[in-house]
Amino acid sequence: MNDFTDNMESNNHTNSSSTPSLRAGGTTLFEKIWEKHIVKTIEDGPSVLYIDKHLIHEVTSPQAFTGLNKRGINVFRPKQIVATADHNVPTLNQHLPIKEELGRKQVEALIKNCAEHGVELYGLGHPFQGIVHVIGPELGITQPGMTIVCGDSHTSTHGAFGSIAFGIGTSEVEMVMATQCLLQSKPKLMRITVDGTLNEGVVSKDIVLYILSKISASGATGYAVEFAGTAIRSLSMEARMTICNMSIEMGGRCGLIAPDETTFNYIKGRKFAPKGTDWDQRLASWKELYSDTNAAFDKEYHFNAEDIQPMITYGTNPGMGIGVNENIPTTETIHETDRSGLAKSLAYMGLRQGMPIKGQKIDYVFIGSCTNSRIEDLRMVASFVKGKKKDDSVEVWVVPGSKQVEAQAIKEGIDKVFEEAGFQLRQPGCSACLGMNEDKIPAGKYCISTSNRNFEGRQGAGARTLLASPLTAAAAAITGKVSDIRDLLQLNN
Amino acid sequence: MSKPLSIVKSRFIPINIENIDTDQIIPARFLKATTKEGFGKNLFRDWRYENDDETKPKADFPLNQAQYSGEILVAGKNFGCGSSREHAAWSILDYGFRVVVSSFFADIFKNNALNNGVLPVQVSDGFLQKIFARDAESELTVDLAQQTISISSTGENESFDINSYKKTCLLNGYDDIDFLLSIKPEIETFETGRE
Repeated sequence: MNDFTDNMESNNHTNSSSTPSLRAGGTTLFEKIWEKHIVKTIEDGPSVLYIDKHLIHEVTSPQAFTGLNKRGINVFRPKQIVATADHNVPTLNQHLPIKEELGRKQVEALIKNCAEHGVELYGLGHPFQGIVHVIGPELGITQPGMTIVCGDSHTSTHGAFGSIAFGIGTSEVEMVMATQCLLQSKPKLMRITVDGTLNEGVVSKDIVLYILSKISASGATGYAVEFAGTAIRSLSMEARMTICNMSIEMGGRCGLIAPDETTFNYIKGRKFAPKGTDWDQRLASWKELYSDTNAAFDKEYHFNAEDIQPMITYGTNPGMGIGVNENIPTTETIHETDRSGLAKSLAYMGLRQGMPIKGQKIDYVFIGSCTNSRIEDLRMVASFVKGKKKDDSVEVWVVPGSKQVEAQAIKEGIDKVFEEAGFQLRQPGCSACLGMNEDKIPAGKYCISTSNRNFEGRQGAGARTLLASPLTAAAAAITGKVSDIRDLLQLNN
Repeated sequence: MSKPLSIVKSRFIPINIENIDTDQIIPARFLKATTKEGFGKNLFRDWRYENDDETKPKADFPLNQAQYSGEILVAGKNFGCGSSREHAAWSILDYGFRVVVSSFFADIFKNNALNNGVLPVQVSDGFLQKIFARDAESELTVDLAQQTISISSTGENESFDINSYKKTCLLNGYDDIDFLLSIKPEIETFETGRE
């Protein structure tokens, strides 16, 4: 962290007008997209925001369809909706009927609702099925400049393409189905700049856990967050998605990154990407999507990539993270935001103030979720794990984000690497990130997880979650305890 | 349409914990319904019962303490963070709450609450602590039209913000979908203009 303190101070007391030098004019990336989607603004109220793409899944859509049916209306623009089944689906034997009755009924309701309303569904068994935030980008549905919503808070993921993408509740799902619009107030604007070069063993998950540890789990509430800086620019699209994915963990309405050549190269040629002259036209408009150099933000933070170490969480919100070689904070050293909750958190986690986290025994390793289940995540884990075996005491689940990720992993022989290491490669879904299916961590057990939330009971009642990068999770799988991946990388050399 | 809300005068149930996330309000395993009703019995499920057993209420949790009752839930700051599940708002409403008071709300929860006729009242940290300091017999009065919350016994009060559109909706039980449907021609014109 360096010179953000002044900005913080000024913003604690006043609004953005306190920084007139920044208010000289210029438009932010967020505003450029937002303004193009305003149908009208209600006086002293919210704006009517037009939504380009709506992604739906089995858990937060049934009541919305019921609402439409009760009103006797149809989906307004079914072609702008894409559906998949991900939240409660099993990750073993997906070809068999879902055993759990309530989950099965939700998936059946989705099939029925999509058929009745003419919505494209990539359900179980479909080659495009997968976690909603993995399939949108990989199919080229997610594009710069769009407004994208889904009844899931991690919709922020799609902001990595320079879109305004955010999670909504089921009433709002119904609104978008009925009118392709939402009533929204314009959020405040924050920019988080990370400059410099990442240390060895440090990946994008570590960047976002580091930012969270500095600004807290509510540090961006009420803001749209733009991520910028040379360290962000150097990341692949999949790595950028990991960062925007967790902008909701800071409380941010959405996270976004200006599109660049990395973005355009990723999209080009994908199933639903624009083609031919349409591509050329879109590309020209996408190239206008950046914050002007004199654009103003209500709040800014600057971080140095060199300060970031492999990160891990010790508590029960994603802001409670430390470098893997650091000690768990004490009441005296912790960020004030988490002071009152520290004792409760550590009691739940079975950890103590001031103790080192490195060496903590682990029972489960979960590599998956909309945060870290893409092919690059699996490749990263496989390249480290190749030729190694997991520790006997741990169970390791790798859950790919989609059928396409799974197919690619098999094509590259990653499945064999995992098999030899004793890792279970399962079928796509949200899985142990939220334990809606059978993939639950037992009470009292420790799980190092590449997912996004370490809330009490998130991975199963009483489960203890430590969030980390795929590399740090893989290191724990091999050693059976929290380890510094860099120690193991050196052994490799 | 939701039930209109204007003045709520009631005792309150205090949960003096910060960063209460929606996984605590309603754990994911209870999201497998296709209707909006019946979530109240699982509100704060894992804080309410030992080992997920309804016959073993945890004695130290306020929802299980006979002295506490009312239509107002008072909670620590950053209430409703995490998942976008509207089931959190449904469970709070279904349990019998019409108002949630905190010193800070997560965005999505706030919208979900308002869309279901549950009023989130954001107060200062100081006022929140004053409420927590009151005993179980104390009543709070929340007046939406005046945008004030007061502690009945002491008369201490504070005003709160709400945008006037949402206020009108809550006072009358209107919902956003009715409004959006009413401007559909404008939406269609907007779409044509973009092509």
